[in-house]
Amino acid sequence: MNSKLAKIEKRTAYLLILPSILLVFSIILFPIFSNIWISFKNVELKDLRIPEPRAKKLVKSINDSPNQIKVIYKLRNSSLTQEITNVKFKDKYPDDIEPIILNNKCQFKSNLLKCELGNWPKKYRENLEIVFQNTNNQEISKKELKSYKPKLSGKSQNILLTYEFTLNNFKKVIKDKAFIDLLSTTFYYTFFGTIGAIVFGILAAQMVNQKFFGRTFMRSVLLFPYVAPVVALAYTWELLLDPTSGTLNNLLINYQIIDGPINLLGQKYVTLNILGFDFKLRLALTTVIIFEIWRYFPLAFLFILARLQAVPKELYEAADVDGANPIQKFLNITLPQILAVISILFMIRFIWNFNKFEDIFLLTGGASGTRTLPINVYQQGFSIGDIGMGSAVSIVIVVFLLIFMFIYFKLLGKRADEN
Amino acid sequence: MKIKNIFTYCFISSLFLFSLICIWKILVTLQGIELTNFNFNKIFIFGIILCAINLLIGKKLNLNIKITILALLFSIFDYFISINLPIWYSIGIFLISLFFFNNIKNYDRNFLSKNHSSQKLFFNFLTLFGITLFSFVILFPFYMMLVTSFKTQALLLLNPLDFSINFTKGLPELFKSYFIVFKDYNFGRYMLTSTIVSLGTVIITLIFAIPAAYAVARLNFFGKNFLSTSILIIYLFPAIVLVIPLYTIFSQLGLRNSIQGLLIVYTATTLPVAIYMLQGYFKSIPKELEEAGIIDGQNWLGIIFKIILPLSLPAISSVALYVFMIAWNEFLFSLMFLDRPNTFTLSRAIQFLNVGAETPRQYLMAGSVVVTLPILIIFVYFEKYLVSGLTAGSVKG
Repeated sequence: MNSKLAKIEKRTAYLLILPSILLVFSIILFPIFSNIWISFKNVELKDLRIPEPRAKKLVKSINDSPNQIKVIYKLRNSSLTQEITNVKFKDKYPDDIEPIILNNKCQFKSNLLKCELGNWPKKYRENLEIVFQNTNNQEISKKELKSYKPKLSGKSQNILLTYEFTLNNFKKVIKDKAFIDLLSTTFYYTFFGTIGAIVFGILAAQMVNQKFFGRTFMRSVLLFPYVAPVVALAYTWELLLDPTSGTLNNLLINYQIIDGPINLLGQKYVTLNILGFDFKLRLALTTVIIFEIWRYFPLAFLFILARLQAVPKELYEAADVDGANPIQKFLNITLPQILAVISILFMIRFIWNFNKFEDIFLLTGGASGTRTLPINVYQQGFSIGDIGMGSAVSIVIVVFLLIFMFIYFKLLGKRADEN
Repeated sequence: MKIKNIFTYCFISSLFLFSLICIWKILVTLQGIELTNFNFNKIFIFGIILCAINLLIGKKLNLNIKITILALLFSIFDYFISINLPIWYSIGIFLISLFFFNNIKNYDRNFLSKNHSSQKLFFNFLTLFGITLFSFVILFPFYMMLVTSFKTQALLLLNPLDFSINFTKGLPELFKSYFIVFKDYNFGRYMLTSTIVSLGTVIITLIFAIPAAYAVARLNFFGKNFLSTSILIIYLFPAIVLVIPLYTIFSQLGLRNSIQGLLIVYTATTLPVAIYMLQGYFKSIPKELEEAGIIDGQNWLGIIFKIILPLSLPAISSVALYVFMIAWNEFLFSLMFLDRPNTFTLSRAIQFLNVGAETPRQYLMAGSVVVTLPILIIFVYFEKYLVSGLTAGSVKG
């Protein structure tokens, strides 16, 4: 009896879960695996269009004989790169009409014109002309003839489903001189974006954790950059930072802080002179990182605030009795309490910043030294049109991701052990 | 009383006052008023003097009278060092200095002689300073987005710092960009598409996620642990690694440029987090309630509908709002899958506006306001639910 119940339970569970699993499998897991497949192939964007046989039907009347009519089919292979084999053609005709002459490829049976057109190489074009007559010697209506549309079918090789593989994509990815630069940009962006977001998150959380007028309002405001759509925010920033008509540059010039406009999003390097040493700062990348921090520190803030509110008040009271100063309180009480949250946060933000696409894409499009791996996926796949290369770069991302996830879950496990 | 404490107090207070004045001056400049100097030296030194006076008076005078006098003194001083400015500017200065002196009114010589008082002071000001600065830095872009949408390109090129809103021409003139964005750029249609896609994603996600989350939370079956771990792992895979294969598959299946295609992808990408969030909540519902249901002869469906759902409405609203937000803000997939304007979502439409030939910036910003406002209203109104959704689901970003 018990085992029967367990069986029912099991069956119900599978039934409830199956739809979700199928959906997630087909839209997330299957694409990740097909990425591997595509990355070993030489596929370009234009290959994705399936070659189609196409026909345009023209109807022309013949002078002196209204009971006859000429039909011309302009046939062509839609693909510029691939062959179509075994093309078949079908078209319907009204009653009482039959062809006068028919070539050997075609047959006419019970109002149906059928043709076997064989193999069409790429860019193939052909005109098929057939003259018809009305068996009752009546005039043929052009309109009626035109109302039937020919149907064509053919087999073409889908380049994605062939068994030809190549290592070229990966060779190109690794041999690319810019690859090291790409990696370093990605890590620079990820690391400083993450650290910055966490530092500002801690500051904001410390602030909001105190009592002041308008505290709840302040908490909402701090989350605005995180909940608002990235498109709107990125374009607003772009306008603010514009070198000629942007508000920021004009304000700085107006208050005589800078002499001329700075193209914060379009200039790759800026040389800073600190204590007599020249430093080359990657300007556009830094700007993008600042945007990133501005947009994502609210998340760190939310996490850390939740943790701070759970810190027992008695700890601080005890510290007050001992005469600890605010810095000591922060270092010895607050920091150890939020350290676990920070480490988890760091890993999550690191993983997500590593894959961040929209922010950089919308701000700079990957120009002036802000090309990261995800931007490269887009550029290879869709700007250059090399789908195979794009996939290969995706695979590089996935490999890094798996490493990060491994560390993350180790960390989670360690934390669970401690608790 | 330590001299160091007095020094820090005066220095930090004056610096804070100066930065408040700076923010006010920036906002005033953006109203098109010519103001080219922060007057750091004068304001800073006079600020130090006033802070010292504040300390000397201490609590000998009624505090309200004290702060009013100090604020008035400061405003008069500022009036004389800045020339030809409208009266509302000085009123603003007065209110700001009132706020500032109100914050330091309680400091007197006794306070400064206590232990750690300079550090406490420092942190008090850091908090105040932080709150002001954070609010300014965060709200400023939103403010600029809004005011730019009320201006015209020609006026902005003439004086890029003049964002004053001209009410004299009437509301239709003021909201002209919005009329144009909705009429000529078809934003009404995009808004409808975005709404349909977002609501559709929420509904389909919940239909899929609730049963699955219930099974993961309550029922015993083979592979349960594996499943709940893989939910998190799958969730961490970003859209950018899915985009190429999905693009190839969708273009061959003819699902690109269709709302259905977008719905499928959005649902699949939000499903893991929805299941993850819901199962956590379902686990917290006492099992006895369900057992009572079983005794009453309910089947699994009855238990889900009659017991679990009513009890977990808060969690479900959190998930729904969170999923709505993700779908409404989503950009990458809509960029990849939609290239015919009749299927655009709002995000994609704004990007299209920006890429397309020189679109005047007020239209771009009006479009941005149109896409931002609904989500901010929803956020402020349902903050409690959305914040818990954000916290639970914030493994993603």
